[in-house]
Amino acid sequence: MTEYNFAYLDEQTKRMIRRAILKGLAIPGYQVPFASREMPMPYGWGTGGVQVSAAVLTPKDTFKVIDQGADDTTNAVSIRTFFQRTAGVATTTATSDATVIQTRHRIPEEPLHEGQILVYQVPIPEPLRFLEPRESETRKMHSLEEYGLMHVKLYEDISRHGHIATSYAYPVKVEGRYVMDPSPIPKFDNPKLGDMAAIQLFGAGREQRIYALPPYTQVVSLDFEDHPFEASKADHPCGMCGATDSYLDELIIDDAGGRMFVCSDTDYCEARQATGHKGKDAA
Amino acid sequence: MIELKDVSKTFTLHNQGSAVIEVISDVSFAVAPGECVALTGASGAGKSTLMRMIYGNYLTQAGEIRIGGLDIVRSEPRDIIKLRRDVLGYVSQFLRVVPRVPTLDVVAEPLRALGVPADEAQDRASALLTQLNIPERLWSLSPTTFSGGEQQRVNIARGFAHTYPAMLLDEPTASLDAANREVVLSLIEDAKARGAAIIGIFHDEAARTRVCDREIDVGRFTPGMAA
Amino acid sequence: MTPLLSVQGITKRYGAHIGCADVSFDLYPGEVVGIVGESGSGKSTLLNCMAGHLTPDAGQVVFDTRTDGPRDTITMSEPERRMLGRTDWAFVHQHARDGLRMGVSAGGNVGERLMAVGDRHYGDIREKATDWLGRVEIDASRVDDRPTTFSGGMQQRLQIARNLVTGPRLVFMDEPTGGLDVSVQARLLDLLRGLVRDMGLSAIIVTHDLAVVRLLADRLMVMKSGRVVEAGLTDQVLDDPQHAYSQLLVSSVLQV
Repeated sequence: MTEYNFAYLDEQTKRMIRRAILKGLAIPGYQVPFASREMPMPYGWGTGGVQVSAAVLTPKDTFKVIDQGADDTTNAVSIRTFFQRTAGVATTTATSDATVIQTRHRIPEEPLHEGQILVYQVPIPEPLRFLEPRESETRKMHSLEEYGLMHVKLYEDISRHGHIATSYAYPVKVEGRYVMDPSPIPKFDNPKLGDMAAIQLFGAGREQRIYALPPYTQVVSLDFEDHPFEASKADHPCGMCGATDSYLDELIIDDAGGRMFVCSDTDYCEARQATGHKGKDAA
Repeated sequence: MIELKDVSKTFTLHNQGSAVIEVISDVSFAVAPGECVALTGASGAGKSTLMRMIYGNYLTQAGEIRIGGLDIVRSEPRDIIKLRRDVLGYVSQFLRVVPRVPTLDVVAEPLRALGVPADEAQDRASALLTQLNIPERLWSLSPTTFSGGEQQRVNIARGFAHTYPAMLLDEPTASLDAANREVVLSLIEDAKARGAAIIGIFHDEAARTRVCDREIDVGRFTPGMAA
Repeated sequence: MTPLLSVQGITKRYGAHIGCADVSFDLYPGEVVGIVGESGSGKSTLLNCMAGHLTPDAGQVVFDTRTDGPRDTITMSEPERRMLGRTDWAFVHQHARDGLRMGVSAGGNVGERLMAVGDRHYGDIREKATDWLGRVEIDASRVDDRPTTFSGGMQQRLQIARNLVTGPRLVFMDEPTGGLDVSVQARLLDLLRGLVRDMGLSAIIVTHDLAVVRLLADRLMVMKSGRVVEAGLTDQVLDDPQHAYSQLLVSSVLQV
């Protein structure tokens, strides 16, 4: 693979992206514009995350990719292979062994530690977009801290469903300043965003935005006094490993409507099973 | 209470060759509290014009018009509005209201504008409407649909809702039957008795004789009409 | 008495064309001022300059703020001006869809200003929103419906509720009854009159409908070619206009 520079992108581009990342870390939650490059994959497949990963990877890193918690989906496998081939870095599925983890729509169950970097793929970085389509206006709202509109979205949720029905991409306020879209992670993961030991970087390729949370940042999920934020999950234990504290995927297992719940974090589930934990559906 | 000094008025019709029409010149008179003065004169002599000038509805070119001390010729609009709300009442010949507003609210409105609570203002309005023989079933309807005589009585009720210290009455008894005419005349007498200064235009000579203390012939202030 | 709003020498040019020129007036608490004139006379430009939507080329718009007394709103910082726009000022657009969020329920529309100033109790916000729907004669059962399902008159009333919920002291209105049919106009006018009286609001109303200003405005300014040609007590200007243009304007209205 001598045709490509290390980690696919040229050094100038990586430098530009690193500058955006550093600015993002300096202003937690603020969306930094960057000159997103064409990547050898379609938008929506993680072009933002891949560019951020490319900019932070070093030859000594160990790389892990998860897609909705799983290491073995098409998207995860192809991005992992992409960096194996273009950067020659070691890869792993074990959360604790990885130094850089690129993720789509999940935060691993196992707490991350200092020195790790979590890279999120972000489809729509602007949390206010739902109610205010004008970019010029949303930027002004961020700069002037006019966030009443964000609560209008939650108000609409409660008035329509009786509770805050937003279950993913749940808006948060960072260090009491910027309102941020945490990417479409389930709101179950929201409490993990705050006070995390690892660096969190968010990349939106199509929208050309990067934002970041440095380690141990205060992150608060928005809510109402009489409708407080709740990190919800399906009220079941994992069918495979019996875990009661992990986020679950619901699987339909036959055409009679039979279903089972399993950990969405495959590494977490497999590690538990390997140490002898067993759920009721385990073979 | 009401005092006019050398008051003159011209109309300039810019869109009709800038014709200047002198309507009234050098009017001076005063009306004391408790006094009722009738404006008389032939049709076109400027009775209504003079009354509208006193109300501030027409602009006065020269002179002074003092009502309760305020010279309305040289006052800010907001002072005139305050004067009209608190001091100076006006019963015109025509009822001008927002369509679809119930009669009871139309009559109570001058009191509401003074800050009188809604129920108290409505009680006063009900009493006046009853006195003026407007059937209760009409109170919830807009007066815009009423007959001329009914509208006139609603207008009078509205004009008398607040006890203004100064009042202008433009043909208050026109198009009223004998019973209602009697009610209106007694309302005027009550107002005089409590000390209101009143200027009126009455074509009804018997009414004029009964309530007015003096007559002022406006014709003698009308240039070209004095004869 | 300190004027609530003191407008001094407002001038706005569009290149060589004059939007409005050297307009000055004072607005006192509880007063309603009407601005009339034909299309292109500069009345909307003036309104937008006063409301902070346009930056005038010259002049001051001094507002008597609650905390710091009279301040020129043109030179104050944008966050401060926008804060005024959410609290003490209100703006009623001619077209309700310019002033409403059409994708948000009636309750959410009314509640937005409350949330913008920091209300964070869903139950309270909803109660206030419902109360305001009642005050503008919209049935409480419509609180969760979107304005797209409302008639034009209801949309306009919703816009008014959305603007008045934070108890502003000054309301800018741009042709508030334009585009509504006559019977709906009457109801809206009556509603506005009641609200102005009960809340002690000051208002500036731009319209070309002389009947609207006769019913709502205490004072009137007549504009032509960007300049105020006549100003005074509303009924005096309408019944005894002095300027040639005012006379033409008043005499051009069809009598019904």
